[in-house]
Amino acid sequence: MRLVQRESSSTIRSIAVVLSAVLIAFALGSALFLSLDKNPLEAYLAMARGGFGSGYGLSETLVKTVPLGLCALGIALAGKMGLWNIGAEGQLTMGAIAASWVVLFWKVPDAALLPLAAIAAATAGALWSTIASTLRAWLSTSEILSTLMLNYVAELFLQYLVYGPWKGPDRFPFTVYFPRTAWLSTLGTTRLHSGIVVVVILAVVLHVLLKRTRLGFEIHLTGDSSSASDYAGVPSKRNILLVLAMAGALAGLAGLFEVTGLQHRLQPSVSPGFGYTAIIVAWLARRHMLGCLLVAFLFGGLAVAADELQIVLHIPAGVVLVFQALLFVCVLGAEVFENYEIRWRNA
Amino acid sequence: MTHSNTLTLELKSIRKAFGGVPALCGASFALRAGEIHALLGENGAGKSTLMNVATGIYQPDSGDIAVAGRPVRLTTPRAAKKLGIGMVHQHFHLSRRHTVLDNILLGLPGVSFLPDRRALAGRIRNLADRYGLPVDPEAKVWQLSVGEQQRVEIVKTLIHEARVLILDEPTAVLSPLEAKELFAVLARLKADGCSIIFISHKLDEIKEISDRVTIMRCGETVATVETGSSSTRDLALHMVGREVFLMPTHRERTGDTQRPLLSLSKVTVSNDRGVPALRGVSFDLLSSEILGVAGLSGNGQTELTEILYGLRRPESGTLTLEGAAAPVTMSPREAISRKISFIPADRRMTGTAPGLSIRENLMLKSYREAPYSSRGFLRPDVMAREADRMIGAHDIRCAGQHQLTGTLSGGNLQKVILARELSSDPIIVLAVYPCRGLDVGSIETVRQLLSNARDKGAGVLLVSEDLDEIFALSDRVAVLCGGSMAGPIPVGEIDRVAVGLMMAGVKGRAEGADATRSA
Repeated sequence: MRLVQRESSSTIRSIAVVLSAVLIAFALGSALFLSLDKNPLEAYLAMARGGFGSGYGLSETLVKTVPLGLCALGIALAGKMGLWNIGAEGQLTMGAIAASWVVLFWKVPDAALLPLAAIAAATAGALWSTIASTLRAWLSTSEILSTLMLNYVAELFLQYLVYGPWKGPDRFPFTVYFPRTAWLSTLGTTRLHSGIVVVVILAVVLHVLLKRTRLGFEIHLTGDSSSASDYAGVPSKRNILLVLAMAGALAGLAGLFEVTGLQHRLQPSVSPGFGYTAIIVAWLARRHMLGCLLVAFLFGGLAVAADELQIVLHIPAGVVLVFQALLFVCVLGAEVFENYEIRWRNA
Repeated sequence: MTHSNTLTLELKSIRKAFGGVPALCGASFALRAGEIHALLGENGAGKSTLMNVATGIYQPDSGDIAVAGRPVRLTTPRAAKKLGIGMVHQHFHLSRRHTVLDNILLGLPGVSFLPDRRALAGRIRNLADRYGLPVDPEAKVWQLSVGEQQRVEIVKTLIHEARVLILDEPTAVLSPLEAKELFAVLARLKADGCSIIFISHKLDEIKEISDRVTIMRCGETVATVETGSSSTRDLALHMVGREVFLMPTHRERTGDTQRPLLSLSKVTVSNDRGVPALRGVSFDLLSSEILGVAGLSGNGQTELTEILYGLRRPESGTLTLEGAAAPVTMSPREAISRKISFIPADRRMTGTAPGLSIRENLMLKSYREAPYSSRGFLRPDVMAREADRMIGAHDIRCAGQHQLTGTLSGGNLQKVILARELSSDPIIVLAVYPCRGLDVGSIETVRQLLSNARDKGAGVLLVSEDLDEIFALSDRVAVLCGGSMAGPIPVGEIDRVAVGLMMAGVKGRAEGADATRSA
């Protein structure tokens, strides 16, 4: 058995490959539910109902779409250039810390508080990823490892702050609540905050950037062939720094929205792994900016559905994580069949 | 040493094509028992392909193979191994993290789950002593020098009791001293009755080591001669001397004076492995000329053109351009803005980006300039119009400008590159193996475009292994061998055989260059 490169590529085949992979993931997921003595169909219906079946479910899904979408956009952007940003989780954490710092300690007019917090969050995320991109650009250090390991540094820095100098007066590992002027407005009685608008705008802006600008052209080119990009005189070092900084800034903004939109204080855990799930989102969306938005929405729903599964079917919420992983493995594994086919040959 | 005339390996009228392009067109080869038989030919002549057929890696489209007089079919490398045919490839097939013993063990058939490592180590040491191949079975491969790794490869074949040993350009990676040691090993193997096929294009060593020589050209075996009865000159003539070649396109010399466009002075550089690739190369490239740089690949051509285009920095020496007071530090950006075009050897990954469309690849160097972009934004409409014009003007056969270049055939791909590189009236053109692998029609197109560029006043540096091409197109010829350059010499003052000898690194290079013959 061997893999042979296909003569041509086609959009229809790409879609067919992704759909087959998703179907296989659902089939494997069914086996998982059966092993727990649950009816798979019932489980999938419960999940759909939980994530998308009610106004409340939908608003919670959108709440999760914000950090997933922002992190995924950055990961997808870097992925277009052939870079793996595994560090969105840490960049998000640093963004949340920087935003909290501005909100809690800066003496500025109320109207300037949120804009300044946003700038600080984006800058902190960008600087955090710049550590990795500098190493990559000048020393060819694998950004996969450096971004991943920086996550743990950011995580521990956060622990240090909330257990140490930033601990609130009631001795729990939280900061004090933010002043009301630093809370994002929400829709009605739901927790849905204005971050969702920002994600949609940024996705469109980045889509245009990739399709229509010089930088977008260079990102495509470098991602496709680094030797062709050197040949064309593309400043690849500058672009590595720029693109990873953008990715870091996007994740940093996700951190801003988590603390100013939802938690309203800094706590030991800002994100339940959005930065990691976003990697799956970006790859399922094939590094397409608008696709990231859609897949982030679906994955947001999946996260909300986990609660529904737990309540209705008494299935541990962790099953949803297993299902996410199945989707990822199937889609990533199937990607090769877009450009290659299997030929059987008798030895 | 008396030759017995029994044939151990015979290949008869072998034909093999890859994707419709013939690599072997009826090649025949006969190996006697106990001889060292050299296989000589230019790169791309089909030497490696023929040997890959002999070792079961490729299946011939037609033709017969016989081992010890018996017709056989070698359907897998394993089948060839069983019949005692072993090959040492140019690029070693060793796992660098494992020991010599592990690597040898990997290739053995029928190894039990817990192999007797000690016994095998003993066998390795025996072979090592017998043939003078000192290897430590417990050493890790990454610790070994290239010469030692080659010994491991030889031991690997001998442990299979190979009676036919094929070595693909074994000295290319060796120092002169290591090469001497290898020759001693080969002599001992021969004395022991082994038959050896020695692929090379170095005439000196072929004279030194081989009993007979078979010469290949364009997928055919053109002659088999006794080494003792033929001179290096004869061999060189056989290797390169085709009587038929495309008519030269030399223009009438008009009175226009030629200016040096580019001067290289004493440039030295190492290749990616840190081995010196250019040793003090100096020359001028003039306006309105094609300067042909002949030489077998791997003698510094890649590094030379990369320096001229700014992809590589020289370690010492200078590059001066017309109109620049001081030596320039070249970069691809600088080269593009100075209208230096580059047709690289690697069309698929360097000259184009395979996952980008024809249009994007045509715009690879101009996307950042007006009118194709303004204020950071691309102008797809302008690009589309220009792309369509170029596709039409260069007859690029495609489904449209959005087709990915990764799906184009070699000839069409080269047309995309030429359209981009030559439509902007370049001042200097660097063309590396521009016709390699192309069909006759495309070759004509490429040569015509290069001549046109020259006629418009450009300086064209043509790197090629094909002497026909060099002689058909060039105004002056230089030869790169081992990182040193001989020439340039006006094409009328040198003959092909002299150039062939220089390419093959025959000693007395200067004599070779002076050996003129009225053409």
